[in-house]
Amino acid sequence: MQSTADAFEDLRKDFPVLNRRVRDDKKLVYFDNAATTQKPNQVIDAISDYYQNHNSNIHRAVHALAEESTEAFENTRDIVAKFLNVEDSREIIFVRGTTEGINLVAYAWGRDNVKEGDIIVTTEYEHHSNIVPWQLLTQEKKAQLKYIDIDDNGELMLDQLDDYLSTGKVKLVTFSHMSNVLGTISPVEEIVSKCKNAGVKVLIDAAQSVPHMKVNLNEIGCDFFVFSGHKMLGPTGVGVLWAKKEVLEKMSPFLGGGDMIREVHKYETTWNDLPYKFEAGTPNIADVIGFAKAIEYLEKIGMDNIRNHELELTKYALEEMKKIPGLTLYGTKEPEKRGGVISFNFNSVHPHDVGTIIDKDGVAIRSGHHCAQVLMEKLNVAATNRASFYIYNTKEEIDVLITALQNVAKVFKL
Amino acid sequence: MSGDPIYTEMIIEYSRNPSNFGKIDNAHIHQHDANPLCGDTIDLYLNIDDNKISEVKFDGHGCAICMACCSVLTEMIKGKTLDDVKKFDKDELLSELGLEHLVKTSPVRIKCALLSLKSLKFGIYSYFVDKMKDSESAGNLNEEAANLY
Ligand SMILES: Cc1ncc(COP(=O)(O)O)c(C=O)c1O
Repeated sequence: MQSTADAFEDLRKDFPVLNRRVRDDKKLVYFDNAATTQKPNQVIDAISDYYQNHNSNIHRAVHALAEESTEAFENTRDIVAKFLNVEDSREIIFVRGTTEGINLVAYAWGRDNVKEGDIIVTTEYEHHSNIVPWQLLTQEKKAQLKYIDIDDNGELMLDQLDDYLSTGKVKLVTFSHMSNVLGTISPVEEIVSKCKNAGVKVLIDAAQSVPHMKVNLNEIGCDFFVFSGHKMLGPTGVGVLWAKKEVLEKMSPFLGGGDMIREVHKYETTWNDLPYKFEAGTPNIADVIGFAKAIEYLEKIGMDNIRNHELELTKYALEEMKKIPGLTLYGTKEPEKRGGVISFNFNSVHPHDVGTIIDKDGVAIRSGHHCAQVLMEKLNVAATNRASFYIYNTKEEIDVLITALQNVAKVFKL
Repeated sequence: MSGDPIYTEMIIEYSRNPSNFGKIDNAHIHQHDANPLCGDTIDLYLNIDDNKISEVKFDGHGCAICMACCSVLTEMIKGKTLDDVKKFDKDELLSELGLEHLVKTSPVRIKCALLSLKSLKFGIYSYFVDKMKDSESAGNLNEEAANLY
Protein backbone atom coordinates (compact mmCIF):
# COMPACT_ATOMS: atom_id res chain seq x y z
CA MET A 1 0.00 0.00 0.00
CA GLN A 2 1.22 3.51 -0.78
CA SER A 3 1.55 5.91 2.07
CA THR A 4 -0.49 8.58 0.38
CA ALA A 5 -3.35 10.43 1.98
CA ASP A 6 -5.67 8.89 -0.62
CA ALA A 7 -4.70 5.37 0.30
CA PHE A 8 -5.44 6.12 3.92
CA GLU A 9 -8.73 7.78 3.07
CA ASP A 10 -9.63 4.61 1.21
CA LEU A 11 -9.43 2.64 4.47
CA ARG A 12 -12.43 4.50 5.83
CA LYS A 13 -14.82 2.24 3.94
CA ASP A 14 -13.75 -0.64 6.18
CA PHE A 15 -15.01 1.16 9.29
CA PRO A 16 -18.81 1.19 9.36
CA VAL A 17 -19.06 3.55 12.32
CA LEU A 18 -17.24 6.28 10.39
CA ASN A 19 -20.31 6.59 8.15
CA ARG A 20 -22.42 7.50 11.10
CA ARG A 21 -24.11 10.81 11.60
CA VAL A 22 -24.21 12.20 15.13
CA ARG A 23 -26.11 14.95 16.93
CA ASP A 24 -27.81 17.17 14.36
CA ASP A 25 -26.93 14.99 11.41
CA LYS A 26 -23.25 15.92 11.57
CA LYS A 27 -20.54 13.75 10.06
CA LEU A 28 -18.66 11.98 12.83
CA VAL A 29 -15.08 13.18 13.29
CA TYR A 30 -13.55 10.65 15.64
CA PHE A 31 -10.50 12.03 17.44
CA ASP A 32 -10.62 9.96 20.61
CA ASN A 33 -8.33 7.22 19.38
CA ALA A 34 -6.01 7.28 22.37
CA ALA A 35 -8.99 6.10 24.43
CA THR A 36 -10.03 3.41 21.97
CA THR A 37 -9.99 3.05 18.21
CA GLN A 38 -12.82 2.10 15.87
CA LYS A 39 -12.98 -1.44 14.45
CA PRO A 40 -12.85 -2.48 10.80
CA ASN A 41 -15.29 -4.99 9.30
CA GLN A 42 -12.51 -7.56 9.19
CA VAL A 43 -12.41 -7.62 13.00
CA ILE A 44 -16.17 -7.39 13.51
CA ASP A 45 -16.80 -10.18 11.01
CA ALA A 46 -14.19 -12.47 12.54
CA ILE A 47 -15.89 -12.20 15.92
CA SER A 48 -19.34 -12.91 14.56
CA ASP A 49 -18.00 -15.74 12.39
CA TYR A 50 -16.49 -17.28 15.49
CA TYR A 51 -19.79 -17.23 17.37
CA GLN A 52 -21.81 -18.33 14.35
CA ASN A 53 -19.61 -21.16 13.19
CA HIS A 54 -17.05 -22.28 15.76
CA ASN A 55 -17.91 -21.28 19.31
CA SER A 56 -16.42 -23.69 21.81
CA ASN A 57 -14.26 -23.71 24.89
CA ILE A 58 -10.61 -24.29 24.13
CA HIS A 59 -7.64 -26.45 25.16
CA ARG A 60 -9.61 -29.35 26.60
CA ALA A 61 -12.32 -31.06 24.56
CA VAL A 62 -11.39 -33.12 21.51
CA HIS A 63 -14.41 -32.40 19.35
CA ALA A 64 -14.21 -30.52 16.05
CA LEU A 65 -15.37 -27.13 17.29
CA ALA A 66 -12.95 -27.19 20.22
CA GLU A 67 -10.07 -27.98 17.92
CA GLU A 68 -10.96 -25.20 15.50
CA SER A 69 -11.38 -22.68 18.28
CA THR A 70 -8.15 -23.70 19.98
CA GLU A 71 -6.28 -23.41 16.74
CA ALA A 72 -7.63 -19.96 15.94
CA PHE A 73 -6.89 -18.78 19.48
CA GLU A 74 -3.33 -20.12 19.46
CA ASN A 75 -2.78 -18.83 15.96
CA THR A 76 -3.33 -15.31 17.33
CA ARG A 77 -0.53 -15.87 19.78
CA ASP A 78 1.81 -16.63 16.89
CA ILE A 79 0.59 -13.57 14.99
CA VAL A 80 1.25 -11.33 17.99
CA ALA A 81 4.70 -12.85 18.48
CA LYS A 82 5.63 -12.25 14.86
CA PHE A 83 4.24 -8.73 14.94
CA LEU A 84 6.55 -7.86 17.84
CA ASN A 85 9.47 -9.94 16.58
CA VAL A 86 9.30 -12.32 19.51
CA GLU A 87 10.78 -15.72 18.70
CA ASP A 88 8.99 -17.83 21.28
CA SER A 89 5.23 -17.29 21.26
CA ARG A 90 4.96 -18.91 24.69
CA GLU A 91 6.15 -15.56 25.99
CA ILE A 92 2.91 -13.94 24.82
CA ILE A 93 0.36 -13.93 27.65
CA PHE A 94 -3.20 -12.87 26.88
CA VAL A 95 -4.72 -10.58 29.47
CA ARG A 96 -7.70 -8.23 29.54
CA GLY A 97 -5.67 -5.16 28.71
CA THR A 98 -2.75 -3.00 29.78
CA THR A 99 -4.20 -2.50 33.23
CA GLU A 100 -4.45 -6.20 33.92
CA GLY A 101 -0.99 -6.82 32.48
CA ILE A 102 0.65 -4.30 34.79
CA ASN A 103 -1.29 -5.60 37.78
CA LEU A 104 -0.19 -9.11 36.91
CA VAL A 105 3.46 -8.06 37.04
CA ALA A 106 2.99 -6.03 40.23
CA TYR A 107 1.32 -8.97 41.92
CA ALA A 108 3.11 -12.00 40.59
CA TRP A 109 6.60 -10.59 40.15
CA GLY A 110 6.43 -7.67 42.55
CA ARG A 111 5.35 -9.58 45.62
CA ASP A 112 8.22 -12.03 45.34
CA ASN A 113 10.92 -9.57 44.38
CA VAL A 114 10.25 -6.25 46.11
CA LYS A 115 10.99 -5.90 49.79
CA GLU A 116 11.17 -3.23 52.46
CA GLY A 117 13.28 -0.24 51.43
CA ASP A 118 13.40 -1.17 47.75
CA ILE A 119 12.55 1.43 45.11
CA ILE A 120 10.17 1.27 42.16
CA VAL A 121 10.62 4.10 39.67
CA THR A 122 7.79 5.39 37.52
CA THR A 123 7.26 8.75 35.78
CA GLU A 124 5.08 11.82 36.09
CA TYR A 125 3.34 11.14 32.80
CA GLU A 126 1.96 7.71 33.60
CA HIS A 127 -1.60 6.54 33.23
CA HIS A 128 -3.17 5.62 36.59
CA SER A 129 -2.74 1.98 35.62
CA ASN A 130 1.04 2.40 35.84
CA ILE A 131 0.89 4.21 39.19
CA VAL A 132 -1.79 2.67 41.38
CA PRO A 133 -0.60 -0.99 41.18
CA TRP A 134 2.84 0.21 42.30
CA GLN A 135 1.38 2.26 45.12
CA LEU A 136 -0.43 -0.85 46.32
CA LEU A 137 2.73 -2.93 46.09
CA THR A 138 5.11 -0.43 47.69
CA GLN A 139 2.65 0.28 50.51
CA GLU A 140 2.26 -3.41 51.21
CA LYS A 141 6.02 -4.01 51.15
CA LYS A 142 7.07 -0.74 52.81
CA ALA A 143 9.04 -0.04 49.67
CA GLN A 144 9.29 3.38 48.00
CA LEU A 145 7.74 4.74 44.83
CA LYS A 146 9.77 7.42 43.02
CA TYR A 147 8.98 9.55 40.01
CA ILE A 148 11.04 10.74 37.07
CA ASP A 149 9.75 14.31 36.61
CA ILE A 150 9.10 15.94 33.27
CA ASP A 151 10.62 19.20 32.05
CA ASP A 152 8.79 22.15 30.47
CA ASN A 153 8.96 20.42 27.13
CA GLY A 154 7.07 17.42 28.50
CA GLU A 155 10.15 15.18 28.35
CA LEU A 156 11.55 12.93 31.08
CA MET A 157 14.43 14.31 33.18
CA LEU A 158 16.67 11.29 32.95
CA ASP A 159 19.36 12.56 35.32
CA GLN A 160 16.86 11.76 38.06
CA LEU A 161 16.86 8.16 36.89
CA ASP A 162 20.65 8.12 37.35
CA ASP A 163 20.24 9.38 40.90
CA TYR A 164 17.71 6.70 41.74
CA LEU A 165 19.77 3.94 40.14
CA SER A 166 22.88 5.01 42.03
CA THR A 167 21.18 4.14 45.34
CA GLY A 168 21.38 0.47 44.36
CA LYS A 169 17.87 -0.03 45.73
CA VAL A 170 15.85 0.17 42.52
CA LYS A 171 14.09 -3.08 41.59
CA LEU A 172 12.02 -1.92 38.65
CA VAL A 173 11.71 1.06 36.33
CA THR A 174 8.28 1.30 34.71
CA PHE A 175 7.26 3.89 32.13
CA SER A 176 5.00 4.48 29.18
CA HIS A 177 6.54 4.22 25.73
CA MET A 178 4.36 7.13 24.70
CA SER A 179 2.43 9.46 26.99
CA ASN A 180 -1.32 9.25 26.48
CA VAL A 181 -1.67 12.97 27.27
CA LEU A 182 1.40 14.75 25.91
CA GLY A 183 2.17 12.29 23.16
CA THR A 184 5.84 12.36 24.20
CA ILE A 185 7.75 9.33 22.98
CA SER A 186 10.04 8.15 25.76
CA PRO A 187 13.76 7.61 25.09
CA VAL A 188 13.42 3.85 25.44
CA GLU A 189 16.93 2.87 24.40
CA GLU A 190 18.56 5.21 26.86
CA ILE A 191 16.35 4.18 29.76
CA VAL A 192 16.74 0.48 29.07
CA SER A 193 20.50 0.70 28.71
CA LYS A 194 20.85 2.63 31.99
CA CYS A 195 18.70 0.03 33.74
CA LYS A 196 20.53 -2.92 32.22
CA ASN A 197 23.86 -1.48 33.36
CA ALA A 198 22.44 -1.28 36.85
CA GLY A 199 20.88 -4.76 36.65
CA VAL A 200 17.39 -3.33 37.10
CA LYS A 201 14.22 -4.69 35.50
CA VAL A 202 12.22 -2.55 33.08
CA LEU A 203 8.50 -2.56 32.31
CA ILE A 204 7.20 -0.68 29.27
CA ASP A 205 3.55 0.39 29.10
CA ALA A 206 3.14 0.27 25.34
CA ALA A 207 -0.60 1.00 25.25
CA GLN A 208 0.03 4.12 23.15
CA SER A 209 3.03 2.98 21.13
CA VAL A 210 2.34 -0.47 19.68
CA PRO A 211 -0.77 0.79 17.84
CA HIS A 212 1.16 3.57 16.11
CA MET A 213 4.73 2.55 15.40
CA LYS A 214 6.94 -0.41 14.64
CA VAL A 215 8.15 -2.17 17.75
CA ASN A 216 10.86 -4.80 17.80
CA LEU A 217 10.97 -6.56 21.14
CA ASN A 218 14.09 -8.41 20.17
CA GLU A 219 15.93 -5.10 20.10
CA ILE A 220 14.33 -3.13 22.92
CA GLY A 221 15.69 -5.33 25.67
CA CYS A 222 13.07 -4.59 28.33
CA ASP A 223 11.81 -7.26 30.73
CA PHE A 224 8.06 -6.68 30.64
CA PHE A 225 5.98 -5.17 27.87
CA VAL A 226 2.23 -4.55 28.02
CA PHE A 227 -0.44 -3.22 25.67
CA SER A 228 -4.18 -3.29 24.83
CA GLY A 229 -5.80 -4.60 21.65
CA HIS A 230 -8.69 -2.14 21.66
CA LYS A 231 -6.38 0.82 20.99
CA MET A 232 -5.20 -0.83 17.76
CA LEU A 233 -8.41 -1.74 15.90
CA GLY A 234 -8.99 -4.82 18.04
CA PRO A 235 -11.88 -5.64 20.35
CA THR A 236 -12.03 -4.59 23.99
CA GLY A 237 -11.04 -7.13 26.60
CA VAL A 238 -7.85 -8.36 24.94
CA GLY A 239 -4.38 -7.28 25.90
CA VAL A 240 -0.91 -8.73 25.87
CA LEU A 241 1.81 -9.13 28.45
CA TRP A 242 5.17 -10.13 27.10
CA ALA A 243 8.09 -11.10 29.29
CA LYS A 244 11.15 -13.25 28.79
CA LYS A 245 10.57 -16.93 29.34
CA GLU A 246 13.18 -17.13 32.12
CA VAL A 247 11.41 -14.36 34.01
CA LEU A 248 7.94 -15.82 33.52
CA GLU A 249 9.08 -19.26 34.59
CA LYS A 250 10.40 -17.97 37.88
CA MET A 251 7.30 -15.91 38.60
CA SER A 252 4.48 -17.06 40.88
CA PRO A 253 1.09 -17.35 39.21
CA PHE A 254 -1.42 -14.47 39.22
CA LEU A 255 -4.92 -15.97 39.19
CA GLY A 256 -5.49 -19.55 40.27
CA GLY A 257 -8.01 -21.84 38.61
CA GLY A 258 -8.57 -23.90 35.51
CA ASP A 259 -6.06 -24.03 32.66
CA MET A 260 -3.17 -22.71 34.72
CA ILE A 261 -2.57 -26.01 36.48
CA ARG A 262 -0.70 -29.18 35.68
CA GLU A 263 -2.01 -31.32 38.55
CA VAL A 264 -4.26 -30.37 41.42
CA HIS A 265 -4.33 -32.32 44.65
CA LYS A 266 -6.20 -31.56 47.81
CA TYR A 267 -3.53 -29.32 49.27
CA GLU A 268 -1.09 -28.61 46.52
CA THR A 269 -0.95 -27.87 42.83
CA THR A 270 1.72 -27.78 40.17
CA TRP A 271 1.64 -25.11 37.49
CA ASN A 272 1.04 -25.54 33.82
CA ASP A 273 3.66 -24.54 31.28
CA LEU A 274 3.90 -21.08 29.77
CA PRO A 275 1.84 -19.26 28.71
CA TYR A 276 -1.06 -21.12 30.36
CA LYS A 277 0.33 -20.68 33.85
CA PHE A 278 -0.81 -17.05 33.57
CA GLU A 279 -4.07 -17.64 31.73
CA ALA A 280 -6.43 -19.03 34.36
CA GLY A 281 -10.04 -19.63 33.43
CA THR A 282 -11.81 -19.47 30.08
CA PRO A 283 -10.15 -16.66 28.19
CA ASN A 284 -11.77 -14.07 25.92
CA ILE A 285 -11.65 -16.47 22.97
CA ALA A 286 -13.77 -14.58 20.44
CA ASP A 287 -12.01 -11.28 20.96
CA VAL A 288 -8.54 -12.80 20.87
CA ILE A 289 -9.46 -14.29 17.49
CA GLY A 290 -10.78 -10.89 16.37
CA PHE A 291 -7.56 -9.28 17.53
CA ALA A 292 -5.58 -11.38 15.03
CA LYS A 293 -7.49 -9.64 12.23
CA ALA A 294 -6.63 -6.23 13.66
CA ILE A 295 -2.92 -7.02 13.58
CA GLU A 296 -3.16 -8.40 10.07
CA TYR A 297 -4.94 -5.21 9.02
CA LEU A 298 -2.23 -2.99 10.50
CA GLU A 299 0.57 -5.07 9.03
CA LYS A 300 -0.97 -4.79 5.60
CA ILE A 301 -0.78 -1.02 5.82
CA GLY A 302 2.66 -1.16 7.39
CA MET A 303 3.54 0.30 10.78
CA ASP A 304 6.03 2.76 9.29
CA ASN A 305 3.38 4.10 6.93
CA ILE A 306 1.01 4.49 9.86
CA ARG A 307 3.60 6.42 11.84
CA ASN A 308 4.23 8.72 8.87
CA HIS A 309 0.55 9.31 8.25
CA GLU A 310 0.00 10.29 11.88
CA LEU A 311 3.08 12.49 11.87
CA GLU A 312 1.67 14.36 8.87
CA LEU A 313 -1.66 14.84 10.63
CA THR A 314 0.02 15.92 13.87
CA LYS A 315 2.22 18.48 12.13
CA TYR A 316 -0.77 19.89 10.29
CA ALA A 317 -2.95 20.02 13.41
CA LEU A 318 -0.21 21.68 15.49
CA GLU A 319 0.30 24.33 12.80
CA GLU A 320 -3.40 25.09 12.55
CA MET A 321 -3.99 25.07 16.29
CA LYS A 322 -1.12 27.48 16.90
CA LYS A 323 -3.06 30.04 14.86
CA ILE A 324 -6.00 30.03 17.30
CA PRO A 325 -5.60 32.83 19.84
CA GLY A 326 -5.81 31.73 23.45
CA LEU A 327 -5.08 28.08 22.74
CA THR A 328 -2.40 26.47 24.92
CA LEU A 329 -0.66 23.37 23.56
CA TYR A 330 1.04 20.95 25.93
CA GLY A 331 4.07 18.79 25.22
CA THR A 332 7.05 19.06 22.98
CA LYS A 333 6.96 21.40 19.98
CA GLU A 334 8.93 18.91 17.88
CA PRO A 335 6.41 16.65 16.10
CA GLU A 336 9.04 13.94 15.54
CA LYS A 337 9.31 13.44 19.27
CA ARG A 338 5.62 12.81 19.73
CA GLY A 339 2.81 10.57 18.60
CA GLY A 340 -0.55 11.63 17.22
CA VAL A 341 -1.86 12.96 20.51
CA ILE A 342 -2.46 16.66 21.12
CA SER A 343 -3.52 18.00 24.50
CA PHE A 344 -4.63 21.60 24.77
CA ASN A 345 -6.57 24.12 26.74
CA PHE A 346 -8.54 26.98 25.35
CA ASN A 347 -8.43 30.21 27.31
CA SER A 348 -10.24 29.70 30.58
CA VAL A 349 -12.93 27.55 29.01
CA HIS A 350 -13.20 24.27 30.87
CA PRO A 351 -12.39 21.20 28.71
CA HIS A 352 -15.81 19.75 29.41
CA ASP A 353 -17.42 22.79 27.88
CA VAL A 354 -15.10 22.67 24.88
CA GLY A 355 -15.91 18.96 24.45
CA THR A 356 -19.65 19.51 24.67
CA ILE A 357 -19.66 22.44 22.24
CA ILE A 358 -17.58 20.78 19.54
CA ASP A 359 -19.52 17.54 19.96
CA LYS A 360 -22.44 19.41 18.41
CA ASP A 361 -20.36 19.64 15.27
CA GLY A 362 -19.79 15.89 15.41
CA VAL A 363 -16.22 16.16 16.70
CA ALA A 364 -15.37 13.57 19.34
CA ILE A 365 -12.38 14.48 21.49
CA ARG A 366 -11.61 13.65 25.09
CA SER A 367 -11.94 16.16 27.90
CA GLY A 368 -10.77 15.39 31.38
CA HIS A 369 -7.74 14.18 33.28
CA HIS A 370 -7.12 11.20 30.96
CA CYS A 371 -6.41 8.95 33.94
CA ALA A 372 -3.24 10.96 34.50
CA GLN A 373 -3.94 13.11 37.53
CA VAL A 374 -0.29 13.13 38.60
CA LEU A 375 0.52 14.79 35.28
CA MET A 376 -2.44 17.18 35.58
CA GLU A 377 -1.05 18.29 38.94
CA LYS A 378 2.32 18.87 37.32
CA LEU A 379 0.77 20.92 34.50
CA ASN A 380 -1.24 22.73 37.16
CA VAL A 381 -4.56 22.11 35.43
CA ALA A 382 -7.60 20.07 36.46
CA ALA A 383 -8.14 18.77 32.95
CA THR A 384 -7.20 19.17 29.30
CA ASN A 385 -8.76 18.59 25.90
CA ARG A 386 -7.17 15.83 23.87
CA ALA A 387 -7.43 15.10 20.18
CA SER A 388 -5.79 11.86 19.08
CA PHE A 389 -5.46 10.49 15.56
CA TYR A 390 -5.41 7.16 13.81
CA ILE A 391 -5.11 5.66 10.37
CA TYR A 392 -8.56 6.71 9.12
CA ASN A 393 -8.30 10.38 10.10
CA THR A 394 -7.79 13.10 7.49
CA LYS A 395 -6.65 16.70 7.22
CA GLU A 396 -10.20 17.69 6.30
CA GLU A 397 -11.31 16.37 9.67
CA ILE A 398 -8.70 18.51 11.37
CA ASP A 399 -10.21 21.49 9.54
CA VAL A 400 -13.59 20.58 11.04
CA LEU A 401 -11.99 20.54 14.49
CA ILE A 402 -10.43 23.96 13.94
CA THR A 403 -13.76 25.46 12.85
CA ALA A 404 -15.50 23.85 15.80
CA LEU A 405 -12.92 25.37 18.15
CA GLN A 406 -13.54 28.79 16.65
CA ASN A 407 -17.18 28.24 17.53
CA VAL A 408 -16.24 27.72 21.17
CA ALA A 409 -14.70 31.16 21.17
CA LYS A 410 -17.98 32.59 19.85
CA VAL A 411 -20.13 30.84 22.44
CA PHE A 412 -17.89 32.03 25.26
CA LYS A 413 -17.57 35.49 23.69
CA LEU A 414 -13.78 35.29 23.78
CA MET B 1 -25.08 29.12 17.99
CA SER B 2 -27.98 31.10 19.41
CA GLY B 3 -30.58 29.07 21.21
CA ASP B 4 -27.98 26.63 22.55
CA PRO B 5 -29.85 24.51 25.12
CA ILE B 6 -26.89 24.36 27.49
CA TYR B 7 -24.71 27.38 26.92
CA THR B 8 -27.28 30.09 27.51
CA GLU B 9 -26.34 33.70 28.22
CA MET B 10 -27.00 33.04 31.89
CA ILE B 11 -24.68 30.03 32.12
CA ILE B 12 -21.88 31.77 30.27
CA GLU B 13 -22.28 34.85 32.44
CA TYR B 14 -22.17 32.85 35.68
CA SER B 15 -19.19 30.87 34.51
CA ARG B 16 -17.28 34.06 33.85
CA ASN B 17 -18.44 35.82 36.99
CA PRO B 18 -19.49 33.24 39.53
CA SER B 19 -21.51 34.43 42.53
CA ASN B 20 -20.35 33.84 46.07
CA PHE B 21 -16.98 32.67 44.83
CA GLY B 22 -14.37 32.46 47.57
CA LYS B 23 -13.63 30.87 50.86
CA ILE B 24 -14.91 31.25 54.43
CA ASP B 25 -12.21 30.66 57.05
CA ASN B 26 -13.32 28.34 59.84
CA ALA B 27 -16.74 27.86 58.25
CA HIS B 28 -19.27 25.86 60.24
CA ILE B 29 -19.67 23.60 57.26
CA HIS B 30 -16.87 22.91 54.81
CA GLN B 31 -17.62 20.25 52.26
CA HIS B 32 -15.10 19.19 49.62
CA ASP B 33 -16.22 17.08 46.70
CA ALA B 34 -14.86 15.95 43.36
CA ASN B 35 -16.21 14.51 40.18
CA PRO B 36 -13.97 11.52 39.49
CA LEU B 37 -14.93 11.55 35.82
CA CYS B 38 -13.42 14.89 35.00
CA GLY B 39 -11.35 15.80 38.03
CA ASP B 40 -13.50 18.81 38.87
CA THR B 41 -13.37 19.81 42.51
CA ILE B 42 -15.46 22.15 44.60
CA ASP B 43 -15.33 23.35 48.17
CA LEU B 44 -18.56 24.59 49.69
CA TYR B 45 -18.47 26.78 52.82
CA LEU B 46 -21.50 27.60 54.97
CA ASN B 47 -22.01 29.48 58.21
CA ILE B 48 -25.13 28.73 60.21
CA ASP B 49 -26.70 31.22 62.61
CA ASP B 50 -30.01 30.68 64.29
CA ASN B 51 -30.63 27.61 62.15
CA LYS B 52 -30.29 29.76 59.04
CA ILE B 53 -27.63 29.93 56.40
CA SER B 54 -26.08 33.26 57.19
CA GLU B 55 -23.14 33.05 54.85
CA VAL B 56 -22.23 30.83 51.91
CA LYS B 57 -19.33 30.66 49.49
CA PHE B 58 -17.74 28.14 47.17
CA ASP B 59 -14.53 27.77 45.26
CA GLY B 60 -12.93 25.19 43.02
CA HIS B 61 -12.37 24.22 39.40
CA GLY B 62 -15.21 23.21 37.20
CA CYS B 63 -16.88 23.60 33.85
CA ALA B 64 -19.38 26.34 33.05
CA ILE B 65 -22.31 24.15 34.09
CA CYS B 66 -20.72 23.30 37.42
CA MET B 67 -19.79 26.92 38.13
CA ALA B 68 -23.22 28.23 37.16
CA CYS B 69 -25.00 25.66 39.32
CA CYS B 70 -22.77 26.41 42.32
CA SER B 71 -23.48 30.11 41.83
CA VAL B 72 -27.23 29.71 41.60
CA LEU B 73 -27.40 27.20 44.42
CA THR B 74 -25.51 29.49 46.78
CA GLU B 75 -27.74 32.42 45.79
CA MET B 76 -30.88 30.37 46.37
CA ILE B 77 -29.99 29.04 49.81
CA LYS B 78 -28.58 32.18 51.40
CA GLY B 79 -30.79 33.26 54.31
CA LYS B 80 -32.89 30.09 54.14
CA THR B 81 -33.49 27.88 57.17
CA LEU B 82 -31.80 24.50 57.30
CA ASP B 83 -35.22 22.86 57.15
CA ASP B 84 -35.96 24.61 53.86
CA VAL B 85 -32.58 23.73 52.48
CA LYS B 86 -32.96 20.08 53.43
CA LYS B 87 -36.02 19.89 51.19
CA PHE B 88 -34.34 21.63 48.30
CA ASP B 89 -34.29 19.26 45.32
CA LYS B 90 -32.56 19.01 41.99
CA ASP B 91 -35.52 20.14 39.91
CA GLU B 92 -35.56 23.49 41.68
CA LEU B 93 -31.89 24.01 40.93
CA LEU B 94 -31.97 22.79 37.33
CA SER B 95 -35.08 24.76 36.39
CA GLU B 96 -33.52 27.95 37.70
CA LEU B 97 -30.93 27.59 34.94
CA GLY B 98 -33.17 25.98 32.35
CA LEU B 99 -31.17 22.78 32.54
CA GLU B 100 -33.97 20.28 33.33
CA HIS B 101 -33.37 18.66 29.95
CA LEU B 102 -29.90 17.47 31.06
CA VAL B 103 -31.50 14.72 33.14
CA LYS B 104 -32.57 13.07 29.90
CA THR B 105 -30.08 14.36 27.36
CA SER B 106 -26.77 14.13 29.13
CA PRO B 107 -26.15 11.59 31.85
CA VAL B 108 -22.54 12.80 31.91
CA ARG B 109 -23.10 16.52 32.20
CA ILE B 110 -25.85 16.15 34.79
CA LYS B 111 -23.08 15.18 37.20
CA CYS B 112 -21.42 18.54 36.61
CA ALA B 113 -24.68 20.29 37.38
CA LEU B 114 -25.49 18.42 40.57
CA LEU B 115 -22.06 18.28 42.21
CA SER B 116 -23.04 21.47 44.04
CA LEU B 117 -26.26 20.04 45.45
CA LYS B 118 -24.58 16.78 46.37
CA SER B 119 -21.97 18.67 48.40
CA LEU B 120 -24.66 20.75 50.07
CA LYS B 121 -26.63 17.71 51.18
CA PHE B 122 -23.54 15.89 52.44
CA GLY B 123 -22.33 19.05 54.15
CA ILE B 124 -25.55 19.57 56.06
CA TYR B 125 -25.74 15.90 56.94
CA SER B 126 -22.30 15.93 58.53
CA TYR B 127 -23.07 19.22 60.26
CA PHE B 128 -26.01 17.62 62.03
CA VAL B 129 -24.35 14.29 62.70
CA ASP B 130 -20.81 15.32 63.58
CA LYS B 131 -21.18 18.83 64.98
CA MET B 132 -24.68 18.85 66.47
CA LYS B 133 -24.85 15.14 67.33
CA ASP B 134 -28.38 15.24 65.99
CA SER B 135 -28.82 12.39 63.57
CA GLU B 136 -32.58 12.76 63.70
CA SER B 137 -32.43 16.13 61.97
CA ALA B 138 -29.83 14.80 59.56
CA GLY B 139 -32.36 12.23 58.38
CA ASN B 140 -31.29 10.42 55.27
CA LEU B 141 -29.67 13.42 53.57
CA ASN B 142 -26.53 11.37 53.04
CA GLU B 143 -28.47 8.78 51.07
CA GLU B 144 -30.24 11.47 49.12
CA ALA B 145 -26.86 12.94 48.25
CA ALA B 146 -25.43 9.61 47.24
CA ASN B 147 -28.40 8.83 45.01
CA LEU B 148 -28.68 12.24 43.40
CA TYR B 149 -27.28 10.98 40.09
C1 LIG C 1 -0.54 4.85 28.46
C2 LIG C 1 -1.71 4.01 28.87
N1 LIG C 1 -1.53 3.04 29.76
C3 LIG C 1 -2.53 2.24 30.15
C4 LIG C 1 -3.80 2.39 29.66
C5 LIG C 1 -4.89 1.49 30.17
O1 LIG C 1 -5.32 0.64 29.18
P1 LIG C 1 -6.57 -0.32 29.40
O2 LIG C 1 -7.68 0.55 29.90
O3 LIG C 1 -6.83 -0.89 28.06
O4 LIG C 1 -6.19 -1.34 30.41
C6 LIG C 1 -4.04 3.39 28.73
C7 LIG C 1 -5.40 3.59 28.19
O5 LIG C 1 -6.11 4.50 28.42
C8 LIG C 1 -2.97 4.22 28.33
O6 LIG C 1 -3.17 5.21 27.45
